[in-house]
Amino acid sequence: MTAHPTGAAGFLHRFEGLRRRLPGARLPYVEALRAQAAEAFRSQGFPTRRVEAWKYTDLRPVADAGFDEALSAVDSTPDLPTAYGAARAVFVDGRFRTDLSTLDGLACRVEGLAAALPGLDGRLGQLARVEAQPMVALNTMLFEDGLVVTVPAGVAAGVLDLVSLGTASERPEAFHPRHLIRLEPGASLTIVETATGPDEARYLHNPVYEIEVSEGATLTHARIQQEAARAFQLSTVYARVAAGGTYDNFTLNAGGRLVRNEIHTVLAGPKAACHMNGAQLLRDGQHADTTTVLDHAAPDCASRQTYKTVLSGKSRGVFQGKIHVHQVAQRTDGYQMNQALLLSPEAEIDSKPQLEIYADDVKCSHGATVGEIDAEQLFYLRARGIPEERARAMLVEAFLREAIEGVQDETARAALDAAVTGWWSRQEAAA
Amino acid sequence: MPRRSETAAPDKGMVMLKIEGLTAEVEGKQILKGIDLEVPAGEIHAIMGPNGSGKSTLSYVLSGREGYEITGGAVTFNGVDLLAMEPEERAAAGLFLAFQYPVELPGVGNALFLRTALNAVRKARGEPELDAMQFLKVARERLKALHISEDMLKRGVNVGFSGGEKKRNEVLQMALLAPKLAILDETDSGLDIDALKIVSEGVNALRAPGFSALVITHYQRLLDYIVPDKVHVLMGGRIVQTGGPELAKQLEESGYASVQAAA
Repeated sequence: MTAHPTGAAGFLHRFEGLRRRLPGARLPYVEALRAQAAEAFRSQGFPTRRVEAWKYTDLRPVADAGFDEALSAVDSTPDLPTAYGAARAVFVDGRFRTDLSTLDGLACRVEGLAAALPGLDGRLGQLARVEAQPMVALNTMLFEDGLVVTVPAGVAAGVLDLVSLGTASERPEAFHPRHLIRLEPGASLTIVETATGPDEARYLHNPVYEIEVSEGATLTHARIQQEAARAFQLSTVYARVAAGGTYDNFTLNAGGRLVRNEIHTVLAGPKAACHMNGAQLLRDGQHADTTTVLDHAAPDCASRQTYKTVLSGKSRGVFQGKIHVHQVAQRTDGYQMNQALLLSPEAEIDSKPQLEIYADDVKCSHGATVGEIDAEQLFYLRARGIPEERARAMLVEAFLREAIEGVQDETARAALDAAVTGWWSRQEAAA
Repeated sequence: MPRRSETAAPDKGMVMLKIEGLTAEVEGKQILKGIDLEVPAGEIHAIMGPNGSGKSTLSYVLSGREGYEITGGAVTFNGVDLLAMEPEERAAAGLFLAFQYPVELPGVGNALFLRTALNAVRKARGEPELDAMQFLKVARERLKALHISEDMLKRGVNVGFSGGEKKRNEVLQMALLAPKLAILDETDSGLDIDALKIVSEGVNALRAPGFSALVITHYQRLLDYIVPDKVHVLMGGRIVQTGGPELAKQLEESGYASVQAAA
């Protein structure tokens, strides 16, 4: 067996080998994007903890793993998770599988990115940034597929499930799907995303999302991350919300060995709104990082962020949240809260809220708390006959409740509730 | 018929709670300095005393709260060593503490809380658990009897409740869990007269040969509504005087200082 180069060099090496076979290789604009991304990735390499944005998350386990790209994978037919909507798009190892997907009855256009590339010049790469974002550069360099969703003006498109399955293979695989979602004025859509894989699977799932919410449109985006226990997920979401539009993101980080959920949202027009909520449920040696960058770039916009992290074992959680209120963004209403509940003395949370305010008429608040289960509350429940383990579970669920209740869409909320309940029963079974 | 895991309700007159020479410390400071007390089945006893006399410490020690070190003595509940039991085991065995300051549980719905508690206690007693519908039926009956709005079931446990609502919620829990021994820790504090009546009716409704209560209070007022069989005066961590209901009235008139002088 030949030595397999790891680190940034390994990915660049495989890019050189694959570039003529990657989708869009004959399209000049795609070729240019990939070349630019490769250059950005070559000059930056994998981020190290010396880079401020990656201070709390060490990517060496990812860099050292040595991956194959999914292009070499064989088709398989894995079991599919619970469906929430009538329509669903299924990806296996990052590739769109029309044979497993059901897209009839959805009032919007859904295509695979690889097939749609000829028509995406000017749309692909509009929001994503490869400079200073090495993982986005890696995605741009090596994406093979993704989902392209376009909801026409005024259409309420319903619920779309987005399923990503990693599979077990001899060598770990890396896949870098690129998803483009566009809601035209007044449109609405709910996406419930589940990312998972079988216990024994090792892979890197490195998705990038480019999301455009036009005037008065509403996108609910519930992301349930339940990757395989030894898998990595590094995701980056770019969302741009126009006047009167709403982007409602909820991310549940429950699986994976090392996970980063990075969201960049720009409130670009007056009265745009966003909710970025999430929960991280961590145990054993898991590491999960939620990093949000929110730009209030127009007046009269509102943003709400509530992130809750529950940590047991030797797990480690990170929350970094930056709110940038531009000078034009008068009457901004911003709220950010992140709270951690430590169930074990060996667990750790790093929290870094950051506010940069350049407008003078602004209401912005943020807070961070770290605590343990409240002894008074626990005693109250036990004094009513509730056994200690059950009482703890009730208090953990209550701690998470506030973040989930912020999700307006009922289907999305039910999906998240089920995922949280599932996490806790596994946690109890393991204890 | 499911077999009960414990004996049936004790006969009236048998000792339900027996405290002998109980001493306890909080953060190295001795608060209870040798309590001796017997509550027979079917009786209601009041414990009165000034602030700092050890009333709340006694209720927490009996219900098993952490942070209290028992340095001596023994407590039996229907003949079983109470101090060796976990708080949830004490509740399952039929002990109920109505909190002086009921704890708020944001994010825990009151209905879920009450059903979980009731089912935990039923399970421990070997009784079948109730599903959501069966629970609702039982809860509605109790709510009606206590003049409590059904709305209270939908809210977070004690979250945003007024002082009176919190105490009523305690009495609702007591009515549902049907304990053998209820300890009411200053349940009258912060209650207006109407709430006081409702709370008292809730306790009086449970009066039966197999039910006892320990009513801890600073004031005599509550004892107009829940008439005790005996009144004990707790001062400086000891029971210094025991008498009938008239003792409460006497204290109201002459104050605790007179007892102190006599003791």
